[in-house]
Amino acid sequence: MKFKYEIEGGNFSKAGNASSAVKKILKQLNVPPATIKKLVVALYEGEVNVVAHAWNGCIYVDIDPDRIFVTIEDEGPGIPDIGQAMQEGYSTASQAVREMGFGAGMGLSNMKKNADLLNIKSEVGKGTTVEITTLLK
Amino acid sequence: MKINRLLEVLEGELVCGEQFLEKEVAWGFASDLMSDVLTLDTDKLVLVTGLNNLQTIRTAEVADIECIVFVRNKKVLPPMIAIAQEHEMVLIECRYSMFGAVARLHEAGLKPVY
Repeated sequence: MKFKYEIEGGNFSKAGNASSAVKKILKQLNVPPATIKKLVVALYEGEVNVVAHAWNGCIYVDIDPDRIFVTIEDEGPGIPDIGQAMQEGYSTASQAVREMGFGAGMGLSNMKKNADLLNIKSEVGKGTTVEITTLLK
Repeated sequence: MKINRLLEVLEGELVCGEQFLEKEVAWGFASDLMSDVLTLDTDKLVLVTGLNNLQTIRTAEVADIECIVFVRNKKVLPPMIAIAQEHEMVLIECRYSMFGAVARLHEAGLKPVY
């Protein structure tokens, strides 16, 4: 099963809509609640990152009986040093993002904690691709 | 503790979720930083916050939090109520500071997550 959601950079009123829709689908598929929570937390962190930092993006969700594979792709400034961005507390978020309750430099490490596999590729000036795998078996 | 009791202790104003006031909550977490809330893995949790925007509700939805207390007289905005109702959340406003609200809830038996 495959789904696609578009994300608008900078539009905080819609941030979380895609994660909410994915949660609904996973509930309907009777995925265990603890697994849903882990995946959706990682996905929401990723969605907020796109809204906070990128110009626009897309979320692709691919569900099969063994695993859920999510790709979050954005067109944006990219991440110059992924190792540094993964460190808790490191953040380049704007004041506006911080006022929304984010931007404390915890997103990527929390995504790593909640994903079975996390893969990040980024090109400065072009964008970032984050892949999250959640194993179902 | 039943949410009903929590509402009494805080002398709070119920915004939505009247039908869920008999639900039990056991743990409390107070933060205006949603990133911190997203690191929790606790059921029957009450979120105490002064952050009144849509992301507070989205964060609660993602983290399976069913009850949010807004402190410092922060008012819940209509778009927040719509999403909260869809996800069967209880939203409560109260006039106390975060410290004041947390102190009352702790005294009434709500436990800290850590």
